This record gives sequence, C-alpha cells and structure tokens, in this order.
Amino acid sequence: MKCQQCERPATFHITELTGGKPQELHLCEDHARTYLTSSSGGEPTGAGGMAAALAQQVQQMAIGQTAEELARLDQQACPVCGITFYEFRSQGRLGCPHDYVAFQPQLEPLIMNVHGELEHVGKRPHCTPGSSEKRTQLIRMRREMKESVENEKYERATELRDQIRRIETDQAS
Amino acid sequence: MELKELTQSSGEWLRGNGPEADIVISSRVRLARNLAEFPFISRATPQDRVQIERILRESIIASQVSADLLYIAVDELQGVDRQLLVERHLISREHAEGQGRRAVAIDKAEKFSLMINEEDHLRIQVMQSGFNLHSVWEQINAIDNAIERKVTYAFHERLGYLTACPTNVGTGMRVSVMMHLPALVITRQIEKVFRSLQKISLAVRGLFGEGSQAMGDFYQISNQITLGRKEDDLVQQVSDIVPVIIDYERQARQFLIKESQENLHDRVSRAYGILRTAQTISSEETMHLLSSVRMGVNLGLIADLQIADINELFIHTQPAHLQKRTGNELGSVDRNIERARYLRQYLSHEDGAQRAEKN
Repeated sequence: MKCQQCERPATFHITELTGGKPQELHLCEDHARTYLTSSSGGEPTGAGGMAAALAQQVQQMAIGQTAEELARLDQQACPVCGITFYEFRSQGRLGCPHDYVAFQPQLEPLIMNVHGELEHVGKRPHCTPGSSEKRTQLIRMRREMKESVENEKYERATELRDQIRRIETDQAS
Repeated sequence: MELKELTQSSGEWLRGNGPEADIVISSRVRLARNLAEFPFISRATPQDRVQIERILRESIIASQVSADLLYIAVDELQGVDRQLLVERHLISREHAEGQGRRAVAIDKAEKFSLMINEEDHLRIQVMQSGFNLHSVWEQINAIDNAIERKVTYAFHERLGYLTACPTNVGTGMRVSVMMHLPALVITRQIEKVFRSLQKISLAVRGLFGEGSQAMGDFYQISNQITLGRKEDDLVQQVSDIVPVIIDYERQARQFLIKESQENLHDRVSRAYGILRTAQTISSEETMHLLSSVRMGVNLGLIADLQIADINELFIHTQPAHLQKRTGNELGSVDRNIERARYLRQYLSHEDGAQRAEKN
C-alpha cells in the first residue's frame, strides 16, 4: 500500500478516533511523523492521544515481527462477540466487555499510551458481579442464536433461547 | 411536558449564576457505563438495543433519580426535535444522528440527562451553571450509585469500568468546564493556552463537543486521562487549572481596557447595534456578536442586559429553537430573517422593560 500523501510505501496505519467518525490513514514514516506532531490532523482540540498510541503500537508490533504475524494478530477474533482486532482498529470501537480480556496483549500498550496507567483506582460497583463468566456467556449465546436463525438451524436456536431465558430469570431472582 | 416548552426557558447550565459565571458558563461531568451482559453498541443487534433500552429505562425509573423525569424515545423524534435536544446539550450530536433504539431521560430542570444507547449503553451527565465541579461530581456519583443498585455494569477488576472506546476505560469519567474566553481570542493568546493545556493532558473542544468549532469564543476544557486516577483527583485536576485560565482571561480583558478602551467599547457597541437592528443574520454572525456583547456586559460597557439573557440568546437563536418557536420548518434564508426578528424583539427596550417589571 502506498502512502496517501506520497509515492513511498505506507508503513504507518493510523486510526484517528478523535473527532466525529473514526478515520483510517495510511502514511509513510515521514508523513506519519508530520501528521502526529501537527496537533493531530488539524483538529483544534489537540486530542492526539489515541492516534499516536495506535501508530506507536503498530510500530512496536512491526519490530521483530513478520507481516504474517502482524496479519495474524489483526485476524484474531474475540470468542464472545466475534469482532477481530482489525475491525477494532478500523472502527475504533470495541465489540463487547470481553474484548479487554481477548485482546489484552494488543490493548495494553495502547491503554498505557493513552492513560499512562493500567490500573483503575477509582470507584467500584458496590455489588461486584458474581460471575462475569455467566454474563459473557449470555453475549455469546445470543450471538449463536442469531447465527442459528440465519443458518436456518431453528432447533438449535430454540434450545439457545430457552437456555438464555433460564439464565436471565436466575439473575432476576 | 411538550418539547416545545423547552424553547420558552433555559436549562440549568444557562442560568448565568454560580461561581465565576462571567467566564465559566457551566460545569459538567459525564460517566460512561455499559451493561455486563450485552455487547457494546457497535456489535449490538437491533434486539440487543431494544433489551438494553428496556432494562435501563426500568432501572432509571425504579432508582427514582428525579421526581420529575422526562423520558424521550430519541429514535421516534422528528429531526428538528432531536436537534433541539442537541442545542440544549441534553444529547450529543452522535446520539441525535445515530441509528436504532435509543433514548434520553432528562430531569425537568435540565440538571442532568441520561443517554441510552449512545456510544456506550449509558451516558450519565450532570450540568450546573458556573464553576462548581465538586458539587456536580457529588450529584452524578449519587445518580450512578442509585442506578447501579438495579443493574450490573461491565467492570474489570484491574481496568475498572469497561467502555466501547479504550480512551474512556477506568473511571469512564469526563470532567469539563465551558468557558467564555473572548479576550484571549482577541489578544491572540488562546493558542498558547491550549498548548500548555495539552502538555498536562487536558483537551479543548468547541461549544458542541467533539469536532465542533469554537463558536462564540466558547471552549470546553476537559480531562483526557480516565484510568489510573481517582474521580476526585480528576475533578481536582480540572478545578486547579480553571482559576489560572480565568486569571489569564481577566488580565487580557484589563489589557484591552487599558490599551484601547475606545476600541473595545466601539466593538461591543457595534455588536449590540447590529444585533438590535439587523434584518437577516446567520447563526455564526450572531454567536460572534453575542460573544462581544457578553464581554461588554461583564465589563460594565452595556448596562441594560443581564448575562442570563445573553446566555439564553446563544441557544434560542440556534436553528431548531427558531423552528420550534415559529412552529414551521424554515430554510436557512428564512431562519436568518426569523433570527434577526427574534433578536430585535428580544433586545428592544420596551421588551427589556417588560422583562424587568416581570422579574
């Protein structure tokens, strides 16, 4: 892929999350540097945190890793919601709470770049959820049910619907 | 309550009182929360959205956060009504322009709004006139606690509250103040202020949030970091910097008075004159002129106007407010004529006297 601003190959793939809709940029090293230092692409806000973090991360990932390995990381999908890391990079939004676990190795450097910390020290819910396992299970089952309907596997879909209802009524009681 | 009633009044954040209200329009805190058992909005099916909306609606109503709650199905509103809510800062532009089931719960004094199915499942925001972030934080914390008793938020032991965008993870909290900084703009010092704010991880945005231009010399200053600090510390960080900026703005105003009192008085008086006599006027020009008039009132150069009135004019001259008040859909040419008519009427002295009697 060529840089969007010159003929050289694009080595930086930046997802700009600040302002309006996420925007993908493919730039060579020089243009990437110019972009990232020029108060984040003409926004009067100067909120370049996320874009800079993603770019730096791609650079870090590129060191000592082949293109195949990069592609493999991008293709990795969350077992709960099915979103790939590539989809996250292009939309700038995660698919479900479990992504923070599924993409932990990719997300941690990014979070570190944005916040400078990895540990929450603020308030906590008074009643912490008993088992987060059960909750992500619900997300997974609802997705499977939808797919079963789409693939006309109605028996499986009915089974799943009943299981989901059981879990939901358990929680309510 | 009809949405049209909103056009007769102004919300809490425009009251024009509270500490430092000449420069700090309002203080605001918002929290991003998600339900643990649903995907984030980008992966939510239409059925997921319906369920999220139902669960949150029931929880909000059951948690009795306000005796006077207005619940609005945003996806069922006309475009002009959605725009009206954006102009009053009760919903975001993203929420107005979004798709699928979504809603907002507002208390009738417009002190808070709860957006459902925006970028996150729930976005709570509390607003207050003037500079008082600590009080706003206390109020929003109470609302958050009340709703949390009814639902299970997505929460990670180490990372805190989980949000659709990793820039909000941890506290999910954005603390912001809206400031009116015309003298820093005139003296061309505003860029310098922004650069120093960026160095300490604070963001600057325009009147209508992300991506919006700084219309009418209004700037929102907020925290960028949401993880690794306590909520109180985030409130404190913004609270510490605001007096410094207020001081810069006051110094710039004094400089303008000292160096060119006549020029400044002329600028303010001309702005007031145009607003009182124009026959057609755009939204941009209105904001620009109101900004000068607002500073003129604060500096005692205009005696017959109140800050609350000018704050109200900034919002009431926006497109959706004009259209709701006339009851017609208006193209931009007609809006400019209607805006000028409204300004003339509002600012004419007879009307001013009437309002003074009423108060």
